Amino acid sequence: MASQTLQSVPGEPTSARHEQSPEDVARRDAEGQAYFDKVMADDSRIEPRDWMPPAYRKTLLRQISQHAHSEIIGMQPEANWISRAPSLKRKAILMAKVQDEAGHGLYLYSAAETLGQPRDQMMQDLMDGKAKYSSIFNYPARTWADMGAIGWMVDGAAIANQVPLCRASFGPYGRAMVRVCKEESFHQRQGFEILLELSHGTPEQKQMAQDAVNRWYAPALMMFGPPDDDSPNSKQSMAWNIKRFSNDELRNRFVGMMMEQVKVLELTLPDKDIRFNEDTKKWEHGPLDWEEFHEVLAGRGPCNAQRLERRREAHHNGAWVREAAAAYAAKQSRKQAEKESAA
Amino acid sequence: MSTSPETAAGTSGHGDLNVGVKGASGSGEATASATRITPGNALRPEDIALAVSRGTAKPDEDVAEFALRLGDDALILAQRLGHWISRAPELEEDIALGNIALDQLGHARSFLSYAGGALGEDGTAKSEDDLAYFRREHEFRSAEIFEQPNGDFAVTIARQFVVSYYQFELYRRLTQSTDATLAGIAAKAVKEVDYHRDHSAQWVLRLALGTDESREKMIHAFKVIWPYVDELFRDDELTARLSASGAAAEPSSLRADFDRLTGEVLAEAELDVPKVQPAPGGGRKGLHSEHLGYILAEMQVLAREYPGASW
Repeated sequence: MASQTLQSVPGEPTSARHEQSPEDVARRDAEGQAYFDKVMADDSRIEPRDWMPPAYRKTLLRQISQHAHSEIIGMQPEANWISRAPSLKRKAILMAKVQDEAGHGLYLYSAAETLGQPRDQMMQDLMDGKAKYSSIFNYPARTWADMGAIGWMVDGAAIANQVPLCRASFGPYGRAMVRVCKEESFHQRQGFEILLELSHGTPEQKQMAQDAVNRWYAPALMMFGPPDDDSPNSKQSMAWNIKRFSNDELRNRFVGMMMEQVKVLELTLPDKDIRFNEDTKKWEHGPLDWEEFHEVLAGRGPCNAQRLERRREAHHNGAWVREAAAAYAAKQSRKQAEKESAA
Repeated sequence: MSTSPETAAGTSGHGDLNVGVKGASGSGEATASATRITPGNALRPEDIALAVSRGTAKPDEDVAEFALRLGDDALILAQRLGHWISRAPELEEDIALGNIALDQLGHARSFLSYAGGALGEDGTAKSEDDLAYFRREHEFRSAEIFEQPNGDFAVTIARQFVVSYYQFELYRRLTQSTDATLAGIAAKAVKEVDYHRDHSAQWVLRLALGTDESREKMIHAFKVIWPYVDELFRDDELTARLSASGAAAEPSSLRADFDRLTGEVLAEAELDVPKVQPAPGGGRKGLHSEHLGYILAEMQVLAREYPGASW
C-alpha cells in the first residue's frame, strides 16, 4: 500500500467556509478532489478530516451504520438462547459472543460518527425503519443448533465479506474491521464446534444440526447481496476502494469453504447444484430465491416486526436512565466549574 | 480441609504478583494477588473440575454445601442478568451487564465444580452441569435476593449494589480460607466483584441524583430489594462449623463493613436506608420464593429434553 499522507488537505470547519468566497471554496474542492483521487490511485487511506466527495461520505455512512445496526439487531436471535443454553460452558461462550457483538456495534457506530452523524441519529433511523440492517437477522433462531449454524454460516459469510473490508479506503472503517474480523473468526469456530458436537451426538442432535444448516444455508448465501448484474452500487464502491470483490465472487468463494468444512461436520448442504467449475476455477451453487430476499428486505420477513419492536422497547424503557445519566453529568460538571471559579 | 487444585497455591510456576508490595496484606486486592492467580493464568472452572476428577481437590461435606450456596447465588444472578443483554438502556450497559453476568457465571461454575466433588451418592463427582441442570427447585441453596426479578433498570441496580457489596466482603475474607480451593476461587472473584461494586455505586449516584423521575425509581427500587438483605447475613449451623474450622467467616461478621460501605454511597446519593421489614428467606434450606421455579424451568428445559446428551 502507498504511504499514508494523512490530512494533507484537511477539510476546514463549516464556520470557516461561510467566510470564504465561492472561488475559494471551488479551489479547495478542486484541491481536495485531486488529493482524494491520488489516495484512490495509490490505494491509500482517507481519514475523517480529509476532504472527500459528498457521495463517498454518504455511501460510507450508510454502509457503516447498516453494519453497526446489523450487529445490534444480530444480538437478538442469539440472546434468545442465553437463558436456555444446554451447558454452563456454552452459556458463558454465548454470552461472551453476544457481548462481542454489542462491542462491534459500538466501534462501528464510532467509526460512522467520524463522518459527521451522531449515534443517536443513527439509532433513531434504525427504529424509524429508515435504515436497513442485514436481512439474515430477520430469521428466527428456532433450536439450539441455530447457535451453531449462525456461528458457522452467518459469521462465516460475514468474515468472507469483512476481511477485504480491512483494506477499505476509509481509515476508521478498515481499522474497526481488523478487530471485528479477529473476533468473528473466533465466533465462527465456536459455531462450527457446536455443530460438530451435535453431529457426533445422538441421532436427534444430529438431525437438529442438519435442520439448522438447511434453514440457514440460503439466507447465509444471500448475505453477500444481490447477484452482480443486479447490484447497482457495487461498481462505484469498488472504484472507491471500499469494496474489493463482487458479491458473486465472495459468495462463490464462501460456498467453496463451506463445502470443505461440511465434510468434517458429516452434514450436508441443502443444494445439489454445488460444483467446482474446472473452466472458471470457481465454485458454483444452485439458484437462490431472490424474491424472498427482497421480501425480507422490504420488511416482510419472519421476524422483522419483532426485531425492531425489541429495539424500540429497549430504547423506550431506557429513556429515563439516559436522561438521568445526562442530568447527573451536567450537575457534576456545573459543580466542578463552581469549584474551579471559587478557587 | 482440602488439598488444592493443581493450579492453586503451593504449585510452582505461576509467579507471584505480591512480591515487593509493602503492607499489602489484609486488603482484598492484596490477597487477590497471591501466587495462585496471575494474569492470563487464573484459576478456571475447568482446572477445578480436573482437580476434582483426579481427586487432588476434594471438599469436605460442609465446604461442599457452602460452595453450593455460593455457586447457586452466582448462577441464579447470572441467569437474571443475562436477560438484559440486547435490552439495556444503552449499548454500553448491554456490555457492562453482560460482563457482570459472565463474571457471576464464571464464579458459579467454579463453586459448583468444586461442590460436585463431594456430592456423588455413588461415589463419583458431579459436574457443574449435573448440579445446574438436574437438581430440582428445593435442592437449590441460593438466597432470595438473587432470584428477585430484574424489574426496571433501577431495581436491577439496587439488587446488584447489595449483592456486589455483600460478595466483596464475603470473597475478601474467603481469600484467607483454610480451604485452598475456596480461597483460590475467591481470590479471582473478589477482583471482579470490586468492579461490580464500582459499576452499581456509580449508577446509584446517577439515578438518585439525576432527574426527579430517576430518583423516585431508585428510592422505590431499594424498597423492593431491601427486604432480602438480612438473609445474606444470617448465620446457621453450617456457617458456625465453617467459621470454627477457618474455612469461612460467619455471614453476620460481614454486616458492619457492608453497612458502612453501602451507607457511604447511599449518603452521597442522599438516600436513606429503606425502612422495610426483612423477609424470612429460606433459600439456604431450599425454601425459595415463587420466582425460582420459572428461572429453573427456562434454564433447564433443553438439557432435560435430552438427558445424557453432550453439548
